[in-house]
Amino acid sequence: MTDRPTTADPLAATCPAPLVEHERVLLGHGSGGQLSAALMRDVIAPALARASAGGPLNDAAVIEVAAGRLAFTTDTFVVSPLRFPGGDIGELAVNGTVNDLAMMGAQPVAISLAYVIEEGLPFDELREVTESVARAAAAAGVRVVTGDTKVVGRGAADRLFVNTAGIGIVADGVALGADRARAGDAVLLSGPIGLHGVAVMSVREGLEFEVEIASDTQPLHRVAAAILAAAPDAHVLRDPTRGGLASALNEIAGASGVGVELDEAAIPVPGPVRAACEMLGLDPFHVANEGKCVAIVPAERAEAVLDAMRALPEGEGASIVGRVVADHPGMVTIHTLVGAERIVDMLVGEQLPRIC
Amino acid sequence: MKYVDEFRDGRRAKALVREIHRVTTRPWTMMEVCGGQTHTIVKQGIDEMLPEGVRMIHGPGCPVCVTPLEQVDKALAIAADPNVIFTSYGDMLRVPGSTTDLLALKARGADVRIVYSPLDAVRIAREHPDRQVVFFAIGFETTAPANAMAVWQAAEQGIDNFSVLVSHVLVPPAMEAILQSPSNQVQSFLAAGHVCAVMGWTEYEPIAARYHVPIVVTGFEPLDLLEGMLMAIRQLEEGRAEVENQYSRAVRREGNRLAQETVFRVFEIGDRTWRGIGQIPASGYRLQERFARFDAERRFHVGDIATKEHPACIAGEILQGTRTPLDCTAYGVLCSPQRPLGAPMVSAEGTCAAFHAAGRGLGPTVRPLAMAASREVAR
Repeated sequence: MTDRPTTADPLAATCPAPLVEHERVLLGHGSGGQLSAALMRDVIAPALARASAGGPLNDAAVIEVAAGRLAFTTDTFVVSPLRFPGGDIGELAVNGTVNDLAMMGAQPVAISLAYVIEEGLPFDELREVTESVARAAAAAGVRVVTGDTKVVGRGAADRLFVNTAGIGIVADGVALGADRARAGDAVLLSGPIGLHGVAVMSVREGLEFEVEIASDTQPLHRVAAAILAAAPDAHVLRDPTRGGLASALNEIAGASGVGVELDEAAIPVPGPVRAACEMLGLDPFHVANEGKCVAIVPAERAEAVLDAMRALPEGEGASIVGRVVADHPGMVTIHTLVGAERIVDMLVGEQLPRIC
Repeated sequence: MKYVDEFRDGRRAKALVREIHRVTTRPWTMMEVCGGQTHTIVKQGIDEMLPEGVRMIHGPGCPVCVTPLEQVDKALAIAADPNVIFTSYGDMLRVPGSTTDLLALKARGADVRIVYSPLDAVRIAREHPDRQVVFFAIGFETTAPANAMAVWQAAEQGIDNFSVLVSHVLVPPAMEAILQSPSNQVQSFLAAGHVCAVMGWTEYEPIAARYHVPIVVTGFEPLDLLEGMLMAIRQLEEGRAEVENQYSRAVRREGNRLAQETVFRVFEIGDRTWRGIGQIPASGYRLQERFARFDAERRFHVGDIATKEHPACIAGEILQGTRTPLDCTAYGVLCSPQRPLGAPMVSAEGTCAAFHAAGRGLGPTVRPLAMAASREVAR
């Protein structure tokens, strides 16, 4: 009995060394202290290397630009799941920002990248998303020049939210805007619609189709540049993201005070998207796209713009889908497959699958 | 896409329209029963291609629209229970109850989930044995087999935390109620193809004979509807009143026996209240007594909830086809898909929503200008 101590010896006690978490983001990684620096040094900076400016971390980036006009945009990405067929949130964030600039005719120059991370996100996922940001930025020819990282408690975010801002340079003479469509203009679309929304919905809802439907996320700066080269007097460029083609065209019709007439047979909807929409009771015209562009140009330039779009892989499925008219201002109509006319309305609220 | 493209062919559609014009000698009023058919007709503008005087009345066949307000209020009461995971088909989520809807309840923290099959709800119950999982079992004969199967599987597997809030309705009693109404104008029906895929068409034969109305079992694509209309008009012109089958690629006279057996293992026929129409005897399904433990109304003691409709809403007359949304003072003004007063404005299959989506009777000034704020789903 005497050789086993019955009470603890205070002199023999040691403070347990803190365990270092090597796999997941902790609240402490957002503290601004050593863990934050380590997250930046070990995970984010290496993954971002090929697209970042390098150099010491300063409070703001300083960018040299020539005199002229800048386009400036911001966007936030909350897609769930983070990875989906055809892309992930990192690629989507860069392409979405680049496309918003491109739709104003701007050559994208630099973007910012801010993360809101839910604690517990594996480093590996953060690294993959960040590498994907770098890849997409390199492909679009933009640099990530500034950024931020915050960590929030479990449940306060859904794994990872990404916020971006972007700036680009608008060439002299370019005058694009949602309010510039004129009666007589042609309406062009750069390719098939509905892919992104259906791809995300299919993974989120666990729906399986015989053919995998991949998101169309891609940068549109080259398509936009080609359109402007063929028609420097183009009136409107717009990427029909959430709300789909229907909402984008309704916004243009409303802002320009014109009507838009579409031809249903000319609008490319991929077979799998149509099948999924039929099954779920969704309208492909309301489903989000992330790599398509609507161009509204003077009718006499339509063929030249079409050729310019089709010369690029991003625009190889381009077609002329309708025209701008003076009738029914603020309204989009469609010539249906069976030969009647109907109005194409904006999406109301969330898309809800129908019962039967 | 196979079975779709060939039924949307513009040239064949025009040929059918020409034939309809050729055989029609006087005005006729027909009703398409199913909301899916209404959607196609309005979306494709088919009714506007018909001869002058040939009128389509849009029938009560949208399951979301005819689910009575008190069932929606019961669903809301159940879903508000923090221990409940409430599961439903998507378009029930926006149906307004007396005070709120399921989407708003979800935003306030209720666990409301969209499922694509009732069997998904059973799976959720299996995965969450500590929670109560309730499925909103609505619909016509079309959804009844799957809903019955969910209850059957839960019973077989002893999943006692699963229950269903039943609001099942049947097509033939509703057709008879319409035909018996003193203000009835319907001279012929396009019966709902998918209901008949389950039940067959023998139940319609006595109706056609008793009321002398042609009934054509019809599909949902533009060419299906045009062909169904042509068949119905031919019968009307020739004075025949038979049940014919346009939708032969999906429907047999006896229906789907296996599906029918599944339904009658779990459900029995009972009286049902229809939103906008009122109570119709023997017009729906209820759980058999031996499955009473899966009845959410009993489990959550919500059986005595009673409610009343918005006074401006004429959903009842619209569902019975005696008036159209264009006759409604609230349509497009007080009532829109963003702020629906009545159920036909909620589901894409509802007559009011179908009219609104196609811009019928709406000038640009009353068209919705902004999208409702909702969580961005895809970015």
